[in-house]
Amino acid sequence: MLKQGLRKWTLSMAGTDLDERLEGSRPQNEYGVDPWGYSLDYALSAVGPFLWLYKNYFRVDTFGLEKVPAGRVLLIANHSGQLPVDGAMIGVAMLTEAEHPRPIRSMVEKWVPTLPFISTFFARVGQVVGTPENCRALLEKDEAILVFPEGLKGISKLYPQRYQLQEFGLGFMRLALETNTPIVPIAVIGGEEQAPAVVNLKPLAKLLGFPVMPLTPYGAPFPLPVKYRLHFGDPLFFTGRPDDDDSELEKKVKVVKAAIQTMIEQGLKDRKAVFW
Amino acid sequence: MSTTRPKVVVTGISGNLGRVVAKLLHREADVIGIDRRPFVGRPKDVEHVQVDLRKKKTDEVFRRNKVDAVIHMGIMHDPRMSQEDHHSFNVLGTMRVLDCAAKYGVKKVVMLSSANVYGPSPQNSNFLTEETPLMAASRFPTVRDLIEVDMLAHGFFWRHPEIETVVLRPVHIVGAAIKNAPSNYLRLKRPWVLAGFDPMVQLIHTEDVGRAMIEALRPGRKGVYNVTGPGEVPLSSVFRELGHKPLPLPHLLAKPLLSTLFKYRLASYPPEELDHIQFLCMVDGSRWHAETGWKPLHSMRETIRSVLGE
Repeated sequence: MLKQGLRKWTLSMAGTDLDERLEGSRPQNEYGVDPWGYSLDYALSAVGPFLWLYKNYFRVDTFGLEKVPAGRVLLIANHSGQLPVDGAMIGVAMLTEAEHPRPIRSMVEKWVPTLPFISTFFARVGQVVGTPENCRALLEKDEAILVFPEGLKGISKLYPQRYQLQEFGLGFMRLALETNTPIVPIAVIGGEEQAPAVVNLKPLAKLLGFPVMPLTPYGAPFPLPVKYRLHFGDPLFFTGRPDDDDSELEKKVKVVKAAIQTMIEQGLKDRKAVFW
Repeated sequence: MSTTRPKVVVTGISGNLGRVVAKLLHREADVIGIDRRPFVGRPKDVEHVQVDLRKKKTDEVFRRNKVDAVIHMGIMHDPRMSQEDHHSFNVLGTMRVLDCAAKYGVKKVVMLSSANVYGPSPQNSNFLTEETPLMAASRFPTVRDLIEVDMLAHGFFWRHPEIETVVLRPVHIVGAAIKNAPSNYLRLKRPWVLAGFDPMVQLIHTEDVGRAMIEALRPGRKGVYNVTGPGEVPLSSVFRELGHKPLPLPHLLAKPLLSTLFKYRLASYPPEELDHIQFLCMVDGSRWHAETGWKPLHSMRETIRSVLGE
């Protein structure tokens, strides 16, 4: 069957010991899913094509993956590239490359549940709708959660704004303080060049019910085979009141933003070329 | 416990759930049922007053007996009934029961609401807590009486601190003889599903709901609680377990199609019910769980298969 084939393919690329390394990492019921609809079997099959892209198309280099602590953690990354390849690559790295592999849960837009097939796919690979309640509940279950605090503003940037961090939301910091969760900053290098958007057709987006409609010189934002580099930073710990004034939270968020900014600058300096 | 048996009024006792509650309760308590329908298979020691809840005669039951507790389940869920009847029966009936409870010194009121009062929506968190606003009517106006009834009990809870009021919001109740929308839907051999949508669902066995209602009678319990069953499963797994073959329809087509069929009485589901097989409407049952040590008796497999009468 297709599912079995994909799963074998994943294991052949990731190493056959992946199954053992994942053993016991997920409470599932007799129907193979956790209460959130995540299925490890489904994920191992679904991750195949993405792992192929990771290894052969984007040829991802990952630095500092071992810095991600066990237990609850918030992974905070810059967002780019029109299509969320950055999220997928971070997910693949965590699920197949880490010594103690684990699925990441990311917070998806509220229009995702209205999309057929995509909604089901996202749920089975562990993604949930981005509400504070969902995030809090998952952190309390010691999950790893990926957040792009720039949101749509980050991923839909046009080419001239590449690697300029947009405004960070404060929600992740509030949740980190509330649940006592360490934050691992991540800099993603390469995503900005995968689909250089020159224009965002807002009226067309509105017509189709999409949040944005970016176009590249070659039309649709198809990702080019750029080389991805993922830099994981040291975990950051914050203390304070989660219901503090926004200005206090902003100070803490700035620390995270600065850490990502520094890693981006270093990463860009070290990089010799965009495509290799 | 004292030597005198507590007196418990159970409204809606002739329904399937009502009969389960009567069976669980009649050995420990004097059960007086109120239901306008006949009570088939009534245990000998259970009294049945066949009267419409809205009628003055309901008062008489309370006046004549020293009632200790009320379990209120006399609420209609049939979308085929006229809106007016539905609304009047549910809202006026509930008001009558609550009035009686306050007037005749009842110490405990347990009301059956439903997790459906939150309503399915693409914006929902996966597990809604009791504090979530009751938004079901925003997409499905027909259910507003069920929300109103829940709110009535909620208001009653605050206005009468001397009475222990418990509102239970169980997830989809399923069972062999149960004729509610989820059970009927799960019994279909070729049910419609929406192509590409496979939401997680929560089910609970009738008997477990009955047990929860009894548990709520325990002195000291009060408040609003979500009640969950044995867990969560994708809708597709439920049909696989039952051996039914779902018929996937594009969601953009299904709604207008079902609207038309419902209008001409060719379908028994109003089109808004499709939201339940497209989006999440799951609840967080941890409060009830933590405070009562709740454990459903029936496993997920048993709960699913119970719709077939197994």
